[in-house]
Amino acid sequence: MDKESQSSRAVVYVKLKDGVLDPQGSTIQRALENMGYEGIKDVRSGKTFEIVFQQNQGKKPEDLVDEICRKLLTNPVIEKYNFEILK
Amino acid sequence: MKFGVIIFPGSNCDYDAYTVVKDIIKRDVEFLWHQDALLADCDCVILPGGFSYGDYLRTGAIARFSSIMKKVVDFARDGGLVVGICNGFQILLESGLLPGAMLRNTSLRFICKFVHIEVENENTPFTKMCRKDQVLKIPIAHTDGNYFISDEGLKRLEQNQQIVFRYCDEQGKITKEANPNGSLYNIAGICNEKRNVLGMMPHPERASEEVLGSEDGKYIFQSIVDFFEKGKSV
Repeated sequence: MDKESQSSRAVVYVKLKDGVLDPQGSTIQRALENMGYEGIKDVRSGKTFEIVFQQNQGKKPEDLVDEICRKLLTNPVIEKYNFEILK
Repeated sequence: MKFGVIIFPGSNCDYDAYTVVKDIIKRDVEFLWHQDALLADCDCVILPGGFSYGDYLRTGAIARFSSIMKKVVDFARDGGLVVGICNGFQILLESGLLPGAMLRNTSLRFICKFVHIEVENENTPFTKMCRKDQVLKIPIAHTDGNYFISDEGLKRLEQNQQIVFRYCDEQGKITKEANPNGSLYNIAGICNEKRNVLGMMPHPERASEEVLGSEDGKYIFQSIVDFFEKGKSV
């Protein structure tokens, strides 16, 4: 495979910041309790994105994905994110 | 005075807003297409309700990057009047023209019903025809209207009197029961520091004719006209 066609895959995880009410998470938690699961202390909902991109864009993959997270994938007022880059 | 109503893919209250301006308020109004990046000499731009871009990712998150929004941001920075209703409010939050963000309603349901809101600040171009603490009956229709802002953000909103409307009961009491969606501090509408950008979740364009159950929405449109045509003072 020549270098230009090599691609990377990033997996981005977005969730609500700690302290931000998560109505979906709390509803799921209550459902689990109703189903009989004991000891569920907290459920936080979130989103996952998989991004496949070509390497050698002039930016380090980490920087590129970080920029995408900040500019579009998350709203910094309520959400936080982390990601991993898989080769 | 001329109004502009932006049409995003998925807007569905655009004709309601257009009709109120044209037939009830009787002022010029034009539709603005999201790709055109033209505000066509409008004096007030309305971002209508709906589900722009299917509400994908987050409400308003994609619309915020449409061509016309760059113009709207410049227009607002220059003091132009901008009103975001429901999804329009969500777009203004995502654009950074207003502070805070929307979370899913605490009930997780789409709520469509008449609510009461109290006019918290009557000294804005959008509420100058209202009395302080006046109670307006205007419907909401949304799934993501649970307003959130940080503690410091809320403090700033209060200090600068940017909170324009709060959910209340029929008598004007601000109670937990009167809060339909879990919004922090019962917030239903806010403006920016300069007072020229308003975002509100209730739909004044759906409550501007008696036959629709309330005419209270007219106060907002009439305030804008009065502000603009009478020397821009509140």
